[in-house]
Amino acid sequence: MAIVRSKRQTRITGWARYSALVAAALLFLVPFYLLVRSAFMREQDLGSPDFHWLPPVWETSNLTGLFDNPAIPMARSLLNSGLIAVTQTIGVLVVSGLAGYGLARIPYRWSNAVFYTITATLLIPAAVTFVPSFVLVSTLGWISTLRGLIIPGLFQALATFLFRQFFLGFPKEIEEAAFIDGLGYWGTFWKIVVPNSFGFVAAIGTITFIGSWNAFLWPLVIGRDQESWTVQIALSTFLTAQSVQVSQLFMAALVAIVPLLLMFLFLQRWIVEGVERTGIGGD
Amino acid sequence: MLRDPAFRSSLVTFLAFAVFIVPTTFVISLGAALLVARTRVMQSFFRTVFFLPTACSYVVAALVWKMSIFSGIRSGLANAVLGWFGADSIPWLSLADPPWYWLVIVTARLWLQVGFYMILFLAGIQRISPTLYEAAAIDGAEGWKVFRHITLPQLRATSTAVLLLLLINAFQAFDEFYNILSTFGTYPPYARPPLVYLYYTALGSGQDFGHGSAGAVILTLIIAIVAVVQGRILRLGDRGD
Repeated sequence: MAIVRSKRQTRITGWARYSALVAAALLFLVPFYLLVRSAFMREQDLGSPDFHWLPPVWETSNLTGLFDNPAIPMARSLLNSGLIAVTQTIGVLVVSGLAGYGLARIPYRWSNAVFYTITATLLIPAAVTFVPSFVLVSTLGWISTLRGLIIPGLFQALATFLFRQFFLGFPKEIEEAAFIDGLGYWGTFWKIVVPNSFGFVAAIGTITFIGSWNAFLWPLVIGRDQESWTVQIALSTFLTAQSVQVSQLFMAALVAIVPLLLMFLFLQRWIVEGVERTGIGGD
Repeated sequence: MLRDPAFRSSLVTFLAFAVFIVPTTFVISLGAALLVARTRVMQSFFRTVFFLPTACSYVVAALVWKMSIFSGIRSGLANAVLGWFGADSIPWLSLADPPWYWLVIVTARLWLQVGFYMILFLAGIQRISPTLYEAAAIDGAEGWKVFRHITLPQLRATSTAVLLLLLINAFQAFDEFYNILSTFGTYPPYARPPLVYLYYTALGSGQDFGHGSAGAVILTLIIAIVAVVQGRILRLGDRGD
């Protein structure tokens, strides 16, 4: 009797669970839907008092007009964002990967002191250091340059910490075999460790790329001239100044997130796996 | 610095923001993780849908929230929904009182962050040994009791980490405040969390680096104290496990 009741109960809670999930999923997709819909609306339909589920007229000229509009430096800012995100991702993977491997595997006197110093900087939120960083970068004359936008972001304590934790768990026997075959630390790292850590490297790489592409405060502070705007700064400038057509602004935002969403869809399984294996944190 | 009313009000703004955002994000991401973890059919689809906003930037979210969902006009989604129930439109962002803008800012951050913390909770839930649940089932425990006495205690380390991250991230809030509340190039005098305050003090018209740096030092001290206290709790939790 008790079993029968619990079976029916399971079925009811199962239905309740699915309804809740479907409702929540729909709610989470609403902003994406609104972004796409508004990007293809005409300006007068967007401003009309009635809510439109779909654009009454699909306005594709928002897309073509975006790159012809001299007021929006769309091509340039996309190029800047791409350059910054790619170099920062590669840079962080190389710098933090090497540092993490060294901290995990090379025994030397100060290795613990170095590790704790790096970890201690995690307690200071990066955003709080932005005033002194800004003063430093402006002293170097790097305001409104790609150097000023890229180089300070290359040294990530969190990525270094995570790489160290990951390499500590890497099977040591494989590395020892490589050592016997005459590979040093450098050779073992590049030829044995890196090729066997694809998933983790992909996870850190994806997180870094997304963080870099979506970064706002630092590019806002450093990217003063229009030539050095990233795509987020371009969008934000027109959003807060309300100086261009809203429908075109939505189209610009759509163009700015589509490459990232595609990349995320392909690579998210590595992030999920990385979190499960090592407990990646951060934002 | 500490006597500066603008600085003190920025700390109050942060506290108010944290009181809203930390518990809601915690509860919703834990709830989503529990729902997704129990689901067999289309599990990865649901996980992806909740995780996807993580790839979206605060600027794009601010655009959708400000110009579409919570635009003050009748065809903004929130006002359209109110209209279907016969309610009046609400000027979400143009009024300081009642502070509807909090709803706009909190929901934007919720949407962007929930997926990431859900993934952290999912990983924690999957680490719980199934034998614990089997033992609980034999003892006749179900539903809320299982959650209260098995799932929640087993997630203590994850929960502490999530709370710490939520608090630090709330403390660093800048993007959505700046993009949602700033209009025609000016930011209202209210709702300035610490970073917005610092931004306008150090880099705005004042260019007051000294004041800005002093503020940064105070903020660092506060966050370090919070982190150390949380770290204590985390370590205590580890010892208990």
